[in-house]
Amino acid sequence: MASGNWGSVKSLSQEKIVLAITVVMFAVAAFALPGFFTSENIVSIVRSVSVLGILALGMAIVIIGRGIDLSAVAIMAMSVAWYLQLLNDGTTDGTALALVLAGVLATGLLNGFLVAYAEVPAIFVTLASGSFVFGYVRSQLITQDAVPVPDGHWLQLFGGVRYLDVPVEVFIFAALAFLIFLLLRYTKWGRYVYYAGDNPIAARNVGMPVRPMLVLRYVISALISFIAGLLTAASLHSINTRIVNSTLLYDIVLVAVIGGIGLSGGKGSVRNVLFGAALIGIMLNAMTIIDIALIYQNLIKSTILLAAIIIDGLINPRDEQTSQQGDI
Amino acid sequence: MKYVKMLMAAAAVLSISLFSTASQAQEDPGPAAYSQALKGKHVMLVPMAMGFDLAQGWSHYIQKEVESFGGTFETRDPNWSVEAGAQAITEAISSDARPDVLIVHAPDLNSYARLLKKAQAAGTYVILIDNPANFAADAFVGSDWDRLGQLEAEAAIKGCGPNSSKKIGLVQGDQVNASSLYQYAGIMKVLEKNKEFQIVAKPDSNWDATTSRNVTTTMLQQHPDVCAIIDFWDGDASGAAAAIRDAKLQDKVFLVTTGGGEKTADCDTLENGTYGAVVMTELHNQSRDINAIIKFLLQSGQPAGTSKTYIYTLEKATDKAGLTANSCWDLKALQAEAAAK
Repeated sequence: MASGNWGSVKSLSQEKIVLAITVVMFAVAAFALPGFFTSENIVSIVRSVSVLGILALGMAIVIIGRGIDLSAVAIMAMSVAWYLQLLNDGTTDGTALALVLAGVLATGLLNGFLVAYAEVPAIFVTLASGSFVFGYVRSQLITQDAVPVPDGHWLQLFGGVRYLDVPVEVFIFAALAFLIFLLLRYTKWGRYVYYAGDNPIAARNVGMPVRPMLVLRYVISALISFIAGLLTAASLHSINTRIVNSTLLYDIVLVAVIGGIGLSGGKGSVRNVLFGAALIGIMLNAMTIIDIALIYQNLIKSTILLAAIIIDGLINPRDEQTSQQGDI
Repeated sequence: MKYVKMLMAAAAVLSISLFSTASQAQEDPGPAAYSQALKGKHVMLVPMAMGFDLAQGWSHYIQKEVESFGGTFETRDPNWSVEAGAQAITEAISSDARPDVLIVHAPDLNSYARLLKKAQAAGTYVILIDNPANFAADAFVGSDWDRLGQLEAEAAIKGCGPNSSKKIGLVQGDQVNASSLYQYAGIMKVLEKNKEFQIVAKPDSNWDATTSRNVTTTMLQQHPDVCAIIDFWDGDASGAAAAIRDAKLQDKVFLVTTGGGEKTADCDTLENGTYGAVVMTELHNQSRDINAIIKFLLQSGQPAGTSKTYIYTLEKATDKAGLTANSCWDLKALQAEAAAK
């Protein structure tokens, strides 16, 4: 496991490189950019990446188990859009929530079932199910791209919740990160995720329930996406399904991969997501303060992703015994 | 003589009344010509996507008018994808049911130019709406974005007032869309004339509300004394509004944006103070202009691609005090009307 490599021979892990870059970037920005090193700005950096970070936590669980979930953004936007549409049409909150949760669970189960039992590559399953979720909800269940939160609904009030001047998203991000850390580190299920991601065949041979566990990972990822969607709607008082066409999905993969979670599975932890999110958050914030145009921001972001993938490939070469090309 | 006069007067009265009855009985040739030129004509709308207020409003008003003159109306939904839009236009031109009029909402200055030339060569009139493009359409109907930017800047200056910090922040759309670039140019023209006002930051939102919220949060931390923010569209201005709300600066920052004049998007938000002023494109009037040019082109007899008309929508910045019952149109009401049919 790469996360146990601190101080070992292979000490130059990607995680450490990213952490070093993040620290340097933070120091330079704090020194050079007025208004960067203030508690408000730090809080806003964390807040601006908290939804991204939450989504990346779900993605991390799936990737560590050697998979990928490209339906995350579609589930996030469309489940909440449907929920708000139901509320706007006069459905009671309980019924609407139950219906949408059922939909989210069904999508996660379908993803997991197709990957685990039908053995279709995860990248195709989730790409297709993401498109399906978007297309079905957009055409059958909602009437327009953006759906507002009804006036006076708890989501509106929830979006304004602060504790010690820190927005609620930050606490939820922290809580989820801690919960998933405990789950991965201290439960049998969590250890099994690493084993299954590292060498699925060996894991199955020693008797781990590899397939049901795989299904559960996609269900967790779907539920986390729904939470991220609710937080987005709470802060903006509406959800715009155009986000499915944005670069958000790539940003999620970016946060996970750049933090050092290997795409070949079995490596990484919650800490990697936090480092990745910190790097992206500081970078975007600094670029906004310097007033760099968005197209250049995207270029810089994608260059860093490319570099991270190359470094990942050099530091963690594929293991002939356990890896197969085109696994995900 | 008296009788002669009376007789002449009677004859005059009779002849006038006869003439007038004759002219009353004569038919006005207009309706027949109108009907003949328009009946069975095929009109197609290709917006950037069908799922937002502008597209749904245009489509409602145009459909109503086209169907009333006996034509057929269709829409294509590219769902914000330039490729899907290009494919829809290509298929429309090559199909047997080639549209007589193609109404296109261009995503940028260049993408569709060659396709639209092809459409004109095949005999289809092309009307560009809302977004200008580098292409000589038969007509352009929409905003003069430069003028719209000027209206926004004037509203922001007025919203700030003479005793303010005179600092204005922009949240642009992106760097490729004509509506964003021209809006920016218009804003700058007004600021050239009002040198005491200055732009403190001008990040892009990429038309996304979350991005708008994040950049506005940063902007307000860097410049807490900003007195007005211009966000280039009501769709992402909800993000800027959230950032202002979070910073508890609703009373200090005057938020100006642009929109299609839909009730929940613009009038309700002006009413509750989310936006300080909105330059509305008054979509119902704009749709009327589109309908008028469709009817003109189909009757004109001129070949497609021979005229070049610009019809700019009359716009003004509306604030809460200027709201009237007719300021907005209501998407929900239009949807209910369509559902009742």
